[in-house]
Amino acid sequence: MTDENSAEFILDHYKNPRNHGVIQNPSSSITEMNPLCGDTVHFTVLIENGIMKDIKFIGQGCSISQASASILSEYVLNKNISDIKNMTETDFLGLIGMDLGPNREKCALLSLNALKKILDSY
Amino acid sequence: MSLIPEKIRKDFPIFRNNPDLIYLDNAATTQKPDSVVRSIVNYYENFYSNVHRGVYRISEEATSMYESARKNVSDFIGSGDPSNIVYTRNTTESINLLSYTIGRKLKKGDRILLTEMEHHSNIIPWYFLKEAGIKIDFAKVKEDFTLDYEDFASKLSPETKIASFTHVSNVLGTINDVRELTSMCHENSTIAVVDAAQSVPHMKVDVGKIDCDFLAFSGHKMLGPSGIGVLYGKEDLLTEMRPFLGGGEMIREVDYTNATWNDIPWKFEAGTQNVEGAIGLSSAMDYLKSLGMENVMDHERRLIKHLFARANEIDNLISFGPLDLEKRAAVFSFNIGDVISYSLVEAAIKKNIKISNSIHPHDVAAFMDHKNIAVRSGHHCAMPLMGHLGVAATARASPYIYNTISELDLFMDSIRDCSMEMKR
Repeated sequence: MTDENSAEFILDHYKNPRNHGVIQNPSSSITEMNPLCGDTVHFTVLIENGIMKDIKFIGQGCSISQASASILSEYVLNKNISDIKNMTETDFLGLIGMDLGPNREKCALLSLNALKKILDSY
Repeated sequence: MSLIPEKIRKDFPIFRNNPDLIYLDNAATTQKPDSVVRSIVNYYENFYSNVHRGVYRISEEATSMYESARKNVSDFIGSGDPSNIVYTRNTTESINLLSYTIGRKLKKGDRILLTEMEHHSNIIPWYFLKEAGIKIDFAKVKEDFTLDYEDFASKLSPETKIASFTHVSNVLGTINDVRELTSMCHENSTIAVVDAAQSVPHMKVDVGKIDCDFLAFSGHKMLGPSGIGVLYGKEDLLTEMRPFLGGGEMIREVDYTNATWNDIPWKFEAGTQNVEGAIGLSSAMDYLKSLGMENVMDHERRLIKHLFARANEIDNLISFGPLDLEKRAAVFSFNIGDVISYSLVEAAIKKNIKISNSIHPHDVAAFMDHKNIAVRSGHHCAMPLMGHLGVAATARASPYIYNTISELDLFMDSIRDCSMEMKR
């Protein structure tokens, strides 16, 4: 993906977030905040038989933080929990595509860190 | 006489090296003129040695530079006596020093009064005292972004032993009447502490007129180097206070069982000091004096007035701070659209309320960075105030002596472009 394409990709996810909302009876939920900038994401997940059956998020923050949550939710839906747990920061930044620089990588990684915390107990 | 920023810029190496840089983050830190850089280099190249100790020539010279810098600081804020001037690392350390000394003398049930517009540096050092049973109160900020003086007065209880308040808000630009607040404190026998980090660099501050007991500020926000700050204190209070850090020049005499402390201000200056910092700060004050603090303030008023006028042209631009120029310093916090706090987002989603379009301040700042404009975004170390305003964060432009009207026009154009870009 070129940088221009990935910028469009991020902007699209920011403006039209996938899996936006809250699951009513989730298996698990988490609210994670980046204390440096206040970016917040809240995930609710439904996990059945080791599979991510449903995932939704809401949040407040910059385009990178919120688009990343959307991209992540779309990617992990219906995947094996063990596969999701094996996902590295580099893998996830690769999905986002754009070179973000050290400060804004933190914005992007907020969602991955939140999701990994949920999955720790699975 | 009005300042000519185009001429001032020529004194700053960073603008010679980056002619297109529009630097608008002066509430965070300021750039340094040649004279400040040269004063530090001069010390390194010609007089470098430790102060107070050596009986040799260059040490005596360095001591004299360090102490005459203190005299300069004392004169700059009208303290009357250099022994009332304690060097610290910055405003934050000055307030921590106070928490550790006068704060530790408080008893369970005593109270400390702050305001809702404080920087974390004027909150956290006092929070450390909560474990000793000290209660913290916050005076309210009104709808027009000024301090609620009645609320402040009503919260000055018989138990309120210390009140610590900012002179100028680093988010709202609100100028507080610290003279009035101090007088209210003194009627209640409350010690008055002024956080002057955002005022001393921008306006004439006279501690004699304010009559506050303590006042703190930082060198790096007023053209000086980082790592040097000041705590002004009244002589009787400084004299009766316990020391802060131990070791070095703060000692008079030590034996195997006891120690006694040096006189003020050295009692509070433990270890080898930031001599180059003091020299650089003094040089920065010389630079500001040559401009005249009244002229500095007039220039900044002109800038903020210009921002107010241009702000009206942009729909969707929300700014935070008093519109009364008499009560407003040149700090311009803003958002494009309503950047509501996460708790409000959560509540809105639960109630199925549609959230209006806004651009997060980080995105605004990143957009501006592409145009070589440096603005701050985030909570500005004032999370309680962000909560009070109901915003997640804001973007902030804070101009200074070297910023021009045409730079502010480019800044405003870029807010407009950013707003259009994101609507696309």
